[in-house]
Amino acid sequence: MTRNTEHVSEFQLALRSFKKNRLAVCCAMILFIFYAGAIFADFLSPYSYRNEDRNYSYCPPTPVRFFDEGKWVGPYIYGQTLTFNEFYRRVYQTDTTRRFPVRLFVQGDEYKLLGLIPSRLHLVGVQEGARLYLIGADSRGRDLWSRILYGAQISLSIGLIGVLISFSIGLIVGGVAGFYGGWIDNVLMRLCEMVMMVPGFYLLLALRAAVPDDFNSVQIYFAIVVILSFIGWAGLARIIRGMCLSLREREYVLAAKSLGLSDFKIILRHILPHTVSYSIAAVMLSIPGYILGESALSLIGLGIQDPYASWGNLLSDNMSIVRIKFAPWILWPGVFIFLTVISFNIIGDTLRDCLDPMMKAERK
Amino acid sequence: MGRYILKRLLVAIPMVLGMTLLTFILMQITPGNFLDTIRMDPQVSEETIGHYQKMYQLDKPMFQQYIHWVYNLFHLEFGYSFYFNIPVAKVIAGRLFNTFVLSLASFLFTWMIAIPLGIWAALHRNRWIDRCIQFFSFICLSLPSFLLALVFLFLASQTNFLPLGGMHGPDFENMNFFVRSMDFLKHLIIPTLALSIGSIAALQKIMRGNMLDVLSQQYILAARAKGLPEDRVIYWHALRNAINPLVTLLGYEFSGLLSGAALIEIICSWPGLGSLMLTAVRSKDIYLVMANMLMGGVLFIIGNLLADVLLAKLDPRIRYDKKH
Repeated sequence: MTRNTEHVSEFQLALRSFKKNRLAVCCAMILFIFYAGAIFADFLSPYSYRNEDRNYSYCPPTPVRFFDEGKWVGPYIYGQTLTFNEFYRRVYQTDTTRRFPVRLFVQGDEYKLLGLIPSRLHLVGVQEGARLYLIGADSRGRDLWSRILYGAQISLSIGLIGVLISFSIGLIVGGVAGFYGGWIDNVLMRLCEMVMMVPGFYLLLALRAAVPDDFNSVQIYFAIVVILSFIGWAGLARIIRGMCLSLREREYVLAAKSLGLSDFKIILRHILPHTVSYSIAAVMLSIPGYILGESALSLIGLGIQDPYASWGNLLSDNMSIVRIKFAPWILWPGVFIFLTVISFNIIGDTLRDCLDPMMKAERK
Repeated sequence: MGRYILKRLLVAIPMVLGMTLLTFILMQITPGNFLDTIRMDPQVSEETIGHYQKMYQLDKPMFQQYIHWVYNLFHLEFGYSFYFNIPVAKVIAGRLFNTFVLSLASFLFTWMIAIPLGIWAALHRNRWIDRCIQFFSFICLSLPSFLLALVFLFLASQTNFLPLGGMHGPDFENMNFFVRSMDFLKHLIIPTLALSIGSIAALQKIMRGNMLDVLSQQYILAARAKGLPEDRVIYWHALRNAINPLVTLLGYEFSGLLSGAALIEIICSWPGLGSLMLTAVRSKDIYLVMANMLMGGVLFIIGNLLADVLLAKLDPRIRYDKKH
């Protein structure tokens, strides 16, 4: 009888049980597709995010058709012309006299793929004379689908960068507070409580007020990331501190101390790695908070500014009820926010369950 | 217990001050203040501006201004709202009730639905009804409240059944009391729903977990073994113990009472503290912002204290005074 003696690390074990959960794998795939969509947004979108045509303001979706009078003619759309009805409300008439074929790999707006390679190639597009609106147009006649793809770049990256910053702060503050204890711990924890004490949304607003009005969009983007990270670190720091309080009593910490390792190295190499399994799940579960924070800020007009797109920014059109009523497709970015949030939540929950048994074993 | 409460409150004072100082600095970092805005208005005389400057020591360095604000605070003087042109206390008092009603409505709705739902789910553990509840809770937990509010507003705009935001109908002044109340309730529905759905899902989950924990305890087995009717076992022995930990949550709910609804208020144009805060921040109405933050911080401290005290009252195992 041969025994399988392969060495399996904790993470491989966790990964295996993660893979068994079909729902979680499905969510991971959704997120993968979203992030890939964000990275290649320039290529995948039919138009640039600032390609506007005021004649198509709130143009309804142009359905892609395949058959004309029962005959297969390949994908095509009809053009839309803007008319006004007796109440001066926009009504789009479908012009069925001319077909505009939807082609793959067409030349369109200029862009730089990954910020490097200049190109004009777009995955789909139609020729001049009609505009392809897969899910509709926004107020300036920009293609909402393209803008959602571009918005993903901002909305999805804010979560990652924000979590990176706030977890670095949280881990270090929590680690230092828990390792040293005493007055350092006291001061740091009171600081955390001070940040946690302010209602999150109010703090968000107050911090936003400290951002100068003349910031350009890149600066505002980073300002928002920093603001969101500033709110997020405190909760994590408290939990990490609690873990470190018990970890510092371990013998290997004593051993490291007696060997003369500096405090900083002990925290970084011997204490914080033990909080990793908790942190990974916590990272996944806190990313939605950043995405929602950005969306909330942009929604009320304090976040990413036009013409740049983020999912919250795109939703801000919805703040006027009349617009939702006559152009319900501007709710679409919300669907993407929801899918992203639920995917992160499911993955985080599953990861926590996968990592938990090991944490329990560790505690014994 | 009295000593403990006193100690907690004393520790809280420097923290609240620190938090307000932080806010003060944040509001002053960027160039320009409300006086600049007022100066542009030709109707406001130099004298008035000079008066404001003297009143709030605006010509002095920032730290001195802050000290002055704190000094005024102890005289229950919260400052002057430059945007609304009336004292801050009056501005807030006008909005306080609206926010309070909305928070209370969503609080009552959440707890009245979530607790029975959690119990029900726990009693039907792993049956299809429980699975359904858990599935929908998971979805609701991931639905951001602002999105829910937008979707509800969209549905309302399609059906014309509910009013689209605001707090009163257009003809509010001429209504009698009954019609007024109905009108008010109708306006309350959408923001309440948007606020509650996520919390119901979360609370339901906690209640279910607690109930399942308690039901697996030995004393439940003992109660069943001695032949108590199942209803009495569940609603007398199990429920009381399962609901105990939730009392802590009550305290946290309290701390979010005035600020938790801020975003929904803005979306549903509910004239509460949230939309007030947005206006204040945008117009750099510093004392209004400070008062709002102060209120949020104080409520947070009271709420947390309340949670700890309630927990100690309900659970005899918890003692804060070391003497016992």
